[in-house]
Amino acid sequence: MIRTQGLCKYFQSDHREIKAVDGLDLQVNEGEVFGFLGPNGAGKTTTVRMLACLIGPTTGRAWVNGLEVGGADTQIRGQVGILTESPGLYERLSARRNLEIFAELYGVKDVAGQVEKYLRLLDLWDRRDTEASSFSKGMKQKLAIARALLHEPPVIFMDEPTSALDPESAKTVRDFIETLRGQGRTIFLCTHNLDEAERLCHRIGVFRQRLIAVDTPDALRRQLFGRQTVVHLAQVTDQLAATVRGLSFVKHLDVLPGEHGGGKFVVSLSDPAAQNPAIVQALVSQGAQIQFVNELKHSLEDVYLSLMQNGTAR
Amino acid sequence: MNPIRTIMSKEWSDVRRNKLVFSVVWGIPLLMAAIPTVMLIIMARVPIKQSDYQELGRMLNNPLFNGMSPAEAMQSVLASNYLVLFLMMPLMVPVTIAAYSIVGEKITRSLEPLLATPITTMQLLLGKGLAAALPGIVTAWISYGIFLIFARIFSVSDRVFSVFINPMWLVAMFVLAPLLTVMAVNVGVIVSSRTNDPRAAEQLGSLIILPLMILFIGPLTGFIMLNSLTFWISSLIVAVLDVGLVYLGVTLFQRETILTRWK
Repeated sequence: MIRTQGLCKYFQSDHREIKAVDGLDLQVNEGEVFGFLGPNGAGKTTTVRMLACLIGPTTGRAWVNGLEVGGADTQIRGQVGILTESPGLYERLSARRNLEIFAELYGVKDVAGQVEKYLRLLDLWDRRDTEASSFSKGMKQKLAIARALLHEPPVIFMDEPTSALDPESAKTVRDFIETLRGQGRTIFLCTHNLDEAERLCHRIGVFRQRLIAVDTPDALRRQLFGRQTVVHLAQVTDQLAATVRGLSFVKHLDVLPGEHGGGKFVVSLSDPAAQNPAIVQALVSQGAQIQFVNELKHSLEDVYLSLMQNGTAR
Repeated sequence: MNPIRTIMSKEWSDVRRNKLVFSVVWGIPLLMAAIPTVMLIIMARVPIKQSDYQELGRMLNNPLFNGMSPAEAMQSVLASNYLVLFLMMPLMVPVTIAAYSIVGEKITRSLEPLLATPITTMQLLLGKGLAAALPGIVTAWISYGIFLIFARIFSVSDRVFSVFINPMWLVAMFVLAPLLTVMAVNVGVIVSSRTNDPRAAEQLGSLIILPLMILFIGPLTGFIMLNSLTFWISSLIVAVLDVGLVYLGVTLFQRETILTRWK
């Protein structure tokens, strides 16, 4: 649905060449929600602008919905919806008029019907004739989302959709994006919000001028930290630790002492589902009192920070 | 709906709701139509002294006023001198609308979503340009029409009224005025690319009327004689300038330039 091949964008500033995007190779599949993560100034917005045919690449190629960027820009713009970083509404015009203008520009056949559909879907119908300037940030963002969807685009670019929103408005917007997931649309989501990416995205790409890593959040965790099982014990002893270390499939064991002699074993494994029963059995045979067994899940923040600090290539 | 019409309709909806711009769009033309009309009415009622007549000096050398009585010449000369006011409208109104329409979109950051639609740059420029230009031309023509109605009533003779519908006035209103509008719109686009404040854009754009002052001061000093040839030459100069300004305006109004360099 979205494909890039060595996509680059360089800007000139003070006789200096600034590499905003440097050799991006990416494939986003149909119906996928793809999270594009990176720090400020990483080139995320530039990438979205190139893919939405707002600016041209310096070198490299890109295809959106089968059409090549640079060769069919007007058609591509008609097939993508874009939610820009700032809502960019016509503040003096009503919510309805804002949408009517864009529906007409996108060549929507049933302008009134589509406008009503999205105003109702986003709970703005009752305020349809109110000037956009009087809307809260959350309402403005919802109106901007409606604007991006009016022409039912198969591909949607969202640039920081929940930034600068209060938690309640952000949740409303996030919930709405979640409903779009089930509609088979391809969503390219730039975000700083790692929980949001975790919740909404099938795959994520970590990007800073170059693509550092791309995969599902779970796969990235596995790549970076492996798979780890945490065994909570009422009593931690050296003998129990030696028993676990003695198992051939255990890659690594960390002992984390807790209160009153209790603690945790953090065991690195290749296949926890198959290997956990053997660990439990070995510990119980040594008289261990097991309180809980669970998988250690590193947060996406851990993954992101680790990639930003160490990662330079996929 | 055609994208050009959509843009024009959007611009006008926006202008209608912007009290400052709306008052400029209608206030300036009304004022500029009122000045020559009031001058015409006063000249029809005030007795003309020989000394007043002689003060017109070199302006009376214009063959347009040959054979006129002092009262006719006085009314014709003074009202004609204010013709330049009708030419200011196609400059000031479009500059005001263009400045607010483009700089305003920069400020509210609404240009990016607009540029992300399938509209072509040419359609967008045409829509914005026409939305800014048409009110300027239409208000200039309406003001001229209103002036002609009063001129019909208050001209001291048919000979005076015929001065206001002679080829010189017609060239000015129907050839030079539209060309000036094209100039104003492009100046609005160019100025907009260099400023983020609509008022600054409007003020900078308003400087465009300065060259027009030649047509106002020139006849008073005898440096220029107002006739058809003067307006044809002016039209030619403005047409040449328009070509250069349209080229510059289109060059500056590139999507990439707007999004990455218009700060």
